[in-house]
Amino acid sequence: MANKLAKSPWLLHYDGSSCNGCDIEVLACTTPLYDIERFGIINTGDPFQADILLITGGVNHQSESVIRQIYTQMPDPKVVVAVGICACTGGVFKDCYNIKGGADTVIPVDVYVPGCAARPQAIIDGVVKALEILQNKREAYAAARRGKA
Amino acid sequence: MAKQSIVPFGPQHPVLPEPVHLDLVLEDEVVVEAVPSIGFVHRGLEKLVETKDFKQYVYIAERVCGICSFGHGMGYCQCLEKIMNIELPPRAAYLRTIWMELSRVHSHLLWLGLLADAMGFESLFMQSWRLREKVLDLFDMTTGGRVIFSVNCVGGVLKDMDQTMLKTIAAATREMEKELRPLAETFLKDYTVGHRLRGLGVLDAEHAKLMGAVGPMLRASGVAFDVRKLGYAAYGELDFDPVTASDGDSFARCEVRIKEIFQSLDLIRQAVGKIPDGPIAAPVKGNPNGEHFMRIEQPRGEAIYYVKANGTKFIDRFRLRTPTTSNIPPMLEMLKGCQLADVALLILTIDPCISCTER
Repeated sequence: MANKLAKSPWLLHYDGSSCNGCDIEVLACTTPLYDIERFGIINTGDPFQADILLITGGVNHQSESVIRQIYTQMPDPKVVVAVGICACTGGVFKDCYNIKGGADTVIPVDVYVPGCAARPQAIIDGVVKALEILQNKREAYAAARRGKA
Repeated sequence: MAKQSIVPFGPQHPVLPEPVHLDLVLEDEVVVEAVPSIGFVHRGLEKLVETKDFKQYVYIAERVCGICSFGHGMGYCQCLEKIMNIELPPRAAYLRTIWMELSRVHSHLLWLGLLADAMGFESLFMQSWRLREKVLDLFDMTTGGRVIFSVNCVGGVLKDMDQTMLKTIAAATREMEKELRPLAETFLKDYTVGHRLRGLGVLDAEHAKLMGAVGPMLRASGVAFDVRKLGYAAYGELDFDPVTASDGDSFARCEVRIKEIFQSLDLIRQAVGKIPDGPIAAPVKGNPNGEHFMRIEQPRGEAIYYVKANGTKFIDRFRLRTPTTSNIPPMLEMLKGCQLADVALLILTIDPCISCTER
């Protein structure tokens, strides 16, 4: 039972400072053609219920605090997927005065999905990779808690 | 008078995929004022024009927004073509028109899906996006990209469509029209949709003009204003009339956009039928010197492009006024007096594109 429940991670998407290209591809993943829900994933809007954070776009000086806040609001263990080349490194916007760089300049990132815009197949691949990492983190987290008790 | 309270809305919000923040001043459940604060997506793209080659900047201009990506590239290129006195080959003009109208179809279908999602009509959201995938398949076939496909260049386009592609596009538009009909029927005749949208956020023609509304928002208030009528690209040779509705409420905006999808599909078929043979790009020599204004009709409304060049390969100034920028003041006016639960829906009806607005 516990094993089955472990495989229903909920997903939260935040647009760092993306051009929308990756955002709509993330949304397209949830529609029947690509159907990310077959992995038990639901797109939620609530950080307190989310396990996976998808970040699109580079980080700018104003969205930085929002991203940090969302990340701290999410319960442990959690994984972060940077979707699109802007979230990975800053991409074409790297030289812009308001861009700090990729998502990893603010929070730790587990999976990088490159592409401009990242294709739904690539995003799903990244999320599935994140599921493995999430499982490992969960086990490590459980082991640490048992050690404490 | 009831006690006033302030409710923060956004930037991370389940209904809107993009970050926008509003401080809503409420009296009980009714909004009395909405104070926007933006800057969550600001990157500083206009400044980047000073450090990138003017031909390279096309790729940056296309990344102003991922939804109206093609139009932004086209607007920027048209400015430079006027400055450099390059005559656009007729085939390139038609190709641009076809891609632009396909973009409009995909943008409007995307919006219809988001609207259905905001109303909680999940299956309608899925159906709209299913239909939208057909447009993306056409983009994939003709350019290799799904949402950002970078086919514009100064002087024309980078990729040609062969006869088979054009035939496939024409066939696909007829098929989409057939599939869109039941969808349109649901949006326009379903009781739930009508109940939620009718009479919400009414904007009359006088106010719409006064506050500078553009695009489907203005046309839904009964003003037949469409920049495509100026005849840039191949629009001058195609036969169409601006779609209007008279009520000016959210339902009218939905109606205008649905009818525009049918219109765009028809325009694509017209363009495919009339497309001439010839080169797809004119040669570009030297560097631009001078300035030019350009207006084009994006899916969300009129966008204005301004380029000032100084004779080197770096451009002095690139300025872009996006449709959402001009639609925000009427939106704030509409929000006054609406229920808190309708706020997300009302913001959606202007089809906001924050990433265009903040660049």
